[in-house]
Amino acid sequence: MTKMDKPAGFSRRSLLKTGGALVVSVGMPIGLETVTAIDQAFAQGTRPPLTPDQLSSYIAVNADGTISAFFGKIDGGQGVDVAIGQIVADELDVAVAKVKVVMGDSATSVNQGGASNASGIEEGAVPLRNAAAEARRVLVEMAAGLLSVPADKLVVKDGVVSAADDPSKRITYTQMIGGRYFNVPVEWNKKWGNPLSIVGKAKPKKPADYKIVGQTVRRNDVAPKVFARFDYITDVKVPGMVHGRMLRPPVAGAVPTSVDESSVKDISGARVVWKQGFLGVVADKEWDAVRAAQRLKVTWSQVAPPFPNENELYDHIRKAPVNKRVEAMKVGDIGPAFAGAAKVISAEYDWPFQSHSSMGPGCAVVDIKDGQVTVWTGSQKPHYAVEGVAGILGVPRDKVRAIWVMGPGSYGRNDAADTMIDAALLAQAVGRPVRLQYSREEGHAWNAKSPASVHRVRAGLDQDGKVVAFHFEAKSFSRLDVASNESEPRHTLAGQLTGLPPKPADIYLFPGEAAPGGPYSFPNKLMAWETIPPLLASASPLRTSHLRDPLGPELYFAAESFVDELAAATGSDPVEFRLRYLTDQRDIAVVKAAAEKAKWETRPSGPRGPTSAVAHGRGIAFARRGKTLVALVAEVDVDRQSGKLRARRFVVAHDCGLIINPGGLRQCIENQTVYALSRSMWEEVHFSREKVTSVDWATYPILDITEAPDAVDVVLINHPELPPSGAGEPTVRTVGAAIANAVFDATGVRLRRGPFTPDRLKAALS
Amino acid sequence: MSQKFTLTVNGKAHTIEADPDMPLLYALRDDIGLNNPKFGCGLAQCGACTVHLDGQPTRSCVTPLSAVGKAKITTLAGLGTPSSPHPLQTAYIEEQVPQCGYCINGWIMTAAAFLGKKKKPSDAEIRDALSGLKCRCGTHMGIVRAVKRAAEMMG
Repeated sequence: MTKMDKPAGFSRRSLLKTGGALVVSVGMPIGLETVTAIDQAFAQGTRPPLTPDQLSSYIAVNADGTISAFFGKIDGGQGVDVAIGQIVADELDVAVAKVKVVMGDSATSVNQGGASNASGIEEGAVPLRNAAAEARRVLVEMAAGLLSVPADKLVVKDGVVSAADDPSKRITYTQMIGGRYFNVPVEWNKKWGNPLSIVGKAKPKKPADYKIVGQTVRRNDVAPKVFARFDYITDVKVPGMVHGRMLRPPVAGAVPTSVDESSVKDISGARVVWKQGFLGVVADKEWDAVRAAQRLKVTWSQVAPPFPNENELYDHIRKAPVNKRVEAMKVGDIGPAFAGAAKVISAEYDWPFQSHSSMGPGCAVVDIKDGQVTVWTGSQKPHYAVEGVAGILGVPRDKVRAIWVMGPGSYGRNDAADTMIDAALLAQAVGRPVRLQYSREEGHAWNAKSPASVHRVRAGLDQDGKVVAFHFEAKSFSRLDVASNESEPRHTLAGQLTGLPPKPADIYLFPGEAAPGGPYSFPNKLMAWETIPPLLASASPLRTSHLRDPLGPELYFAAESFVDELAAATGSDPVEFRLRYLTDQRDIAVVKAAAEKAKWETRPSGPRGPTSAVAHGRGIAFARRGKTLVALVAEVDVDRQSGKLRARRFVVAHDCGLIINPGGLRQCIENQTVYALSRSMWEEVHFSREKVTSVDWATYPILDITEAPDAVDVVLINHPELPPSGAGEPTVRTVGAAIANAVFDATGVRLRRGPFTPDRLKAALS
Repeated sequence: MSQKFTLTVNGKAHTIEADPDMPLLYALRDDIGLNNPKFGCGLAQCGACTVHLDGQPTRSCVTPLSAVGKAKITTLAGLGTPSSPHPLQTAYIEEQVPQCGYCINGWIMTAAAFLGKKKKPSDAEIRDALSGLKCRCGTHMGIVRAVKRAAEMMG
């Protein structure tokens, strides 16, 4: 069983009241009554209710001198918890090693939205920073009373408060409150999820005073992982648990019409759970559950194949009726500008469905005992999981505790949520705790996908080659057939299979998000998006939801490829062309930094010199994501014969405001680059008219280590005067366009459909 | 029909009763209770389940128990410990490789066997030796650095 992080706090008599030695040790003329009064004003033995307006909901000083920081988000592997620890340690004036970040347990932290939108630091750190600052203020005030020294004459170092002019007058955080809880209200903004925030009376430190923020701090999870002493969600065991497996239909949309339970009767402990479209098995041993799922004889309903031929996907999107159209960004009036343009250039770009296909299929453990439900989940939004599990089981929310445990990859709404809801139904049906890990096929074919889309872009140029109009149209399936969290069971496979009506959100680009083309000062701009109906309304293996940098790869593949086309059409160098239209100094700085580090050769892109077997090229792309800016240069080789692409080197210039942990940030950017290379080169969900046929790593290839670049050079631009903004996703969106632009530079061929597989490249080259 | 199998894992003998067709991975995880070989695909496509059988890296998810015989099984936990780490474990920590880390088992177990045979490999040789293993977080650059560092440590 996974050991759970528990706050060290437990109810006991006040340390100060019983620990007379403390008073003696500081030798101050201070009476027990005073001590008691100070103590009662700020601290108590039992934890106050876990509500956002309590300091104790974020920070505790433990009896062993460590600090618990209760974080209502999670870290899926990017090291967000390390940065949170740095921020808390700096505000509290304690060593960073003393801070233990306790994440993602609905019983110990408030709902800060889970992992979401690369907001772990940008939004998630704000209440933790403010809470840590307030905790320090309270502790100094307590010390002032106990030491009879005015608060402004006290200094704090490594959790020890002492008189500035007399270090012998000292008291530690642990002595004052260790093992108990703050009883201090804070001001909550009354919001839940990502924007949840609080302020206390204390003001956080100025960036100039940071000692730990801005330093590279190592992760705590690497050693346990390499020594096999780290439990993932797949390793959680509960006494008496059984293993589950689910069965999926041969044609998407079909449901079981008959199930022959006798077909698995010789498998020890095998039991069938069937409820409408929901069909699973459990067995005492995992292998028996696997075998039972393979052997179970099921008759499925006859349904019409729900999907178009894969090679007609983009035609389907282009011709599909429009559900909703939104003009997300409008500057000036493109109508007259196009009418008066000397030249109009246009292009269309297509991007396929892509899959989470996490390293391991989703897994969850659900234990229902005496009306209390405990869920161990890899879902990156465990607080919302509470609601989803309560909903599917029909129990009150306060009877459910969801505990996040690191899953096998977590970059959005992957299959972790669905396994959890499935496991809850199985556990309820069989009356035993259930551990469910999906098959590889389910992890590929049945997880939510990012939507396939087409992007039509055109621009008007005047006689001098100046851009006078820019028009970007995205047409796509909704980005959220199911919500990015599982708080409503109808947004899960099990919910839909047991008859809950789906409720897709008709949305593509989030309102207010920086639209493609946005940073460029083209005088007339229109950016619009359209959604089309889903191919299959309920329990679809092509249902969409958020995948790492939602919509980023496809939108910026289109936008930044097109900007490159404009540069080429006007005989301009692609860097110079971008700088001509960027006006924000940070935008300009990041593009220049990438070009400089890459030793960018200023010239219009396109093939040069005699044709060689392997062509070389370089390309750039620039994007904003929220307040974070990324410029990325790709250097590629293209084998004209095979169509095989090799991205040799990337240079990434990155500005996310204040940098918390430069070493961690560098790796995070490097890893995003390689991940996005995989998305750009290989990843495409294949399907037949009946079902998704990308079911494993052979049918959904991803990047191999032999295809990883030789180097990813990262240039970090630090802005201590600006708040930190998200860094977990922005780089992803720049890679596709930079590669496509480099391929153009190498070969003169424009890639307008991803991914850039050898077959596709070969066809484009011939 | 279930049979008795005695498996020697990290120097310790375990007797279990199981279906001879059951892949070794399930015996290691479910019967013996180890957490280090991971289920990734069940198809020998990703490497997350890799263990050594008499020093040979083997995908335990497709290796039936009946094929294990008397082979000595080594898992990641048996490769080294914090007090006596394998150079790859040290190098992984030094290079801070993970994102999620679920794939670590496959890379380290495969690389350990490779470095046992090949001294001072080039970057290209390292990549070729590790080809086919999967990482979904994109830590490939860190993996290459760590294996290179371990190779240097091993001289």
